[in-house]
Amino acid sequence: MATAGGARPPAPGDDGRRGAARVARVPRLLRVPVRRRGARMRLKLLGAGRLGSLAGLGRGGAGALALPGCLLYTRAGAAPHLTHDTLREVRGVPGVAHVALPALAEIHDVLEEYKEGAAKFMGMPDAVLYCSLHDPVTPCPSGYNTNKELQGSVMFGAIEGGDILEERLRSARETAKRPVGGFLLDGFQGSAMAKETKLKLIASVTAELPEDKPRIIHGVGKPDEVLECIERGVDIFESFFPFQVTERGCALVFSYDCHPAPEATVLPQNGIQDLEKNGAQEDQEEVSKADPEMTPFEISLKDKKYHDDFGPLLEGCSCYCCQRHTRAYVHHLLVTNELLAGVLLMMHNFQHYFGFFSAVRDALRDSKLDQLKELIFRQALQGPASTALRH
Amino acid sequence: PMAAPAAGPPPVLRIVAECGRSRARAGELRLPHGTVPCPVFMPVGTRGTAKGLTAAQLAALGCRICLGNTFHLGTRPGPELVRRSGGLHGFMDWPHNLLTDSGGFQMVSLLELSEVSEEGVLFQPPHGGDPVLLSPERAMEIQNALGADIVMQLDDVVSSTTTGPRLEEAMLRSVRWLDRCVAAHARPQQQRLFAIVQGGTEPELRLRCLRAMTQRAVSGFAIGGLSGGEAKARFWRAVKLCTEHLPRDKPRYLMGVGYATDLVVCVALGCDMFDCVFPTRTARFGSALVPWGSLQLKNQKFAKDFRPIDADCGCPTCQRHSRAYLHALLRCNTAALHLLTLHNVAYQMKLMGSIRDSILRQRFPEFVREFMAAMYGGRGGPPAWAREALESVGITLG
Repeated sequence: MATAGGARPPAPGDDGRRGAARVARVPRLLRVPVRRRGARMRLKLLGAGRLGSLAGLGRGGAGALALPGCLLYTRAGAAPHLTHDTLREVRGVPGVAHVALPALAEIHDVLEEYKEGAAKFMGMPDAVLYCSLHDPVTPCPSGYNTNKELQGSVMFGAIEGGDILEERLRSARETAKRPVGGFLLDGFQGSAMAKETKLKLIASVTAELPEDKPRIIHGVGKPDEVLECIERGVDIFESFFPFQVTERGCALVFSYDCHPAPEATVLPQNGIQDLEKNGAQEDQEEVSKADPEMTPFEISLKDKKYHDDFGPLLEGCSCYCCQRHTRAYVHHLLVTNELLAGVLLMMHNFQHYFGFFSAVRDALRDSKLDQLKELIFRQALQGPASTALRH
Repeated sequence: PMAAPAAGPPPVLRIVAECGRSRARAGELRLPHGTVPCPVFMPVGTRGTAKGLTAAQLAALGCRICLGNTFHLGTRPGPELVRRSGGLHGFMDWPHNLLTDSGGFQMVSLLELSEVSEEGVLFQPPHGGDPVLLSPERAMEIQNALGADIVMQLDDVVSSTTTGPRLEEAMLRSVRWLDRCVAAHARPQQQRLFAIVQGGTEPELRLRCLRAMTQRAVSGFAIGGLSGGEAKARFWRAVKLCTEHLPRDKPRYLMGVGYATDLVVCVALGCDMFDCVFPTRTARFGSALVPWGSLQLKNQKFAKDFRPIDADCGCPTCQRHSRAYLHALLRCNTAALHLLTLHNVAYQMKLMGSIRDSILRQRFPEFVREFMAAMYGGRGGPPAWAREALESVGITLG
């Protein structure tokens, strides 16, 4: 399958029809089940940047996704670690669930016999599903082969071209001519490409695309990278990042509040408290020793210093975990290898991440995107302690 | 007239109905964090969590009392930290009742790492550090800090297949340790202390233990030292001997019992409270409990089975998911384990609820027959030990 993993530049002698061929062979790239008659997916832009919504989703056409926004990352149709009732406790869950094709391919014969569709099989009959070729967390699946088209789904066209501007532009223009429902910016996952190149290509690609169709990107999850992509015309992201944070026993604590209460500036903050306890230098070293994948947007609850920290994961967070439990409790669960650690961290990390996207939309609406960018980028460099703003 | 001397804490058990044939009772446990209907099965939350379930989920299933383990919590994170978290209730955010065991059972399960003397049990903590002495006084101190509604004495536990002088020594020491626990218990009004009757499956030892312990002022009695590897024929006779000699008006807690058949039989024999890791542990191996046995959902035969685990089960898992989906989910998402844990706890709650209901309605013997038919109907009938045990209390199976 040509769109697997990173994109390859076209073979010599290619006559430019590669884009068309790819689109035709990419029926599995967005599964947004749409009734054949009646309901249609449509993008509504509200004018401030690409603030808007994707409406008309799902069987009855009542599903919608606020933009810019993210999908709900699932593994085989369930949010990681979360049963339906625990997921219901999370606020701001997006209206479109993301399932990776390998999960569905594995049960392909089961779904054939079931006959009532993947969404119902996975216990969410009314959900809108997006099916990606790969799972963003395990990007190199073992080989499989399926040529079945899924009926009644909206297709997104994949834009390829590696790191070559010309190829990207060609792919974008060709794909834009096709009657696809939206566009997937493929091949930007991972760190193979230099950051500047990546951003430039994304901007160039979206400039070629019609305004009234959504653009999704795979493999981008960190808040600073999300903002960079949004500025360059991307609408939809995955939410595998909070899952990865959860798996390493960490909690997202970055601030996205551009409107702090005035008195907040004098109150001690999560990050500052931590630093005062241990000294800034030690803290940074411990943090980087903890897990090389760790980002400045999170804290590592396995760290001994949280053993008797009776504050919530994040002060001011209204999630299930922060309302009821302490860092000390989550630390204990991690240290004793209890399954509940994953459950509580996932609830917090999802809610925080969805809250970030909501803040992005608010910032666009209120023309405060620059302030939000400044806040996020500052934390990208220095961690959450750098903010004097209460979240 | 003189005021009566300060009374102990109020009685725990209120009997609402008794089976006319067997020794089964239905009632309520009156505890500081609310009333618990009994007979009751208590899920085990060893380290302050009901495994993958949130406290809210566990409560939503109808659970009103569950277990924490003193040995594990006493080593990590330690009683002081739990006390500062508002006790185990605050630590777990559990608004209902808790029971902590003393840590004694770990003596048997971690045998190579411990050494028993009159002073207490010397443990080598499995995760490193200096040896730790768990004495009756220390067990009470830890449990007082954890703050559970029911606390257990520290007993000298030996495996249920032990015979000879060690068994008698352990039984007699348990009586002495009970007295030390009673003396050391610093919060008798907030926390109810239960004794643990020992003596293995030796009737004479059990009897001596019963006679001694029933003279002590405790709120309830556990039947300990069973549910190990002992023969079922000896097991039920030991349980019955205990219920025969334990006071009617105090709860009888049979420790470590959780298989459905065992629960039904031991209720018939007169037990009120049970705990076991089995339902929650087996869930994490992909096994779902049903009235006719269990389903090993990892088995390929469930890949295309689109029925729920049990069509008659009202739990969230059965309301939403099929066996086929759970089979697929087990491969890649811990949510599957939690879904099965939810179901298995719901199964246990439902079973105990049905048992209790049948006692209240004076149809417990019929319930037992129906239960056995559902469980063993296709498999040649219930095991002989169950049949004998039930017959000994007046319930005959078909």
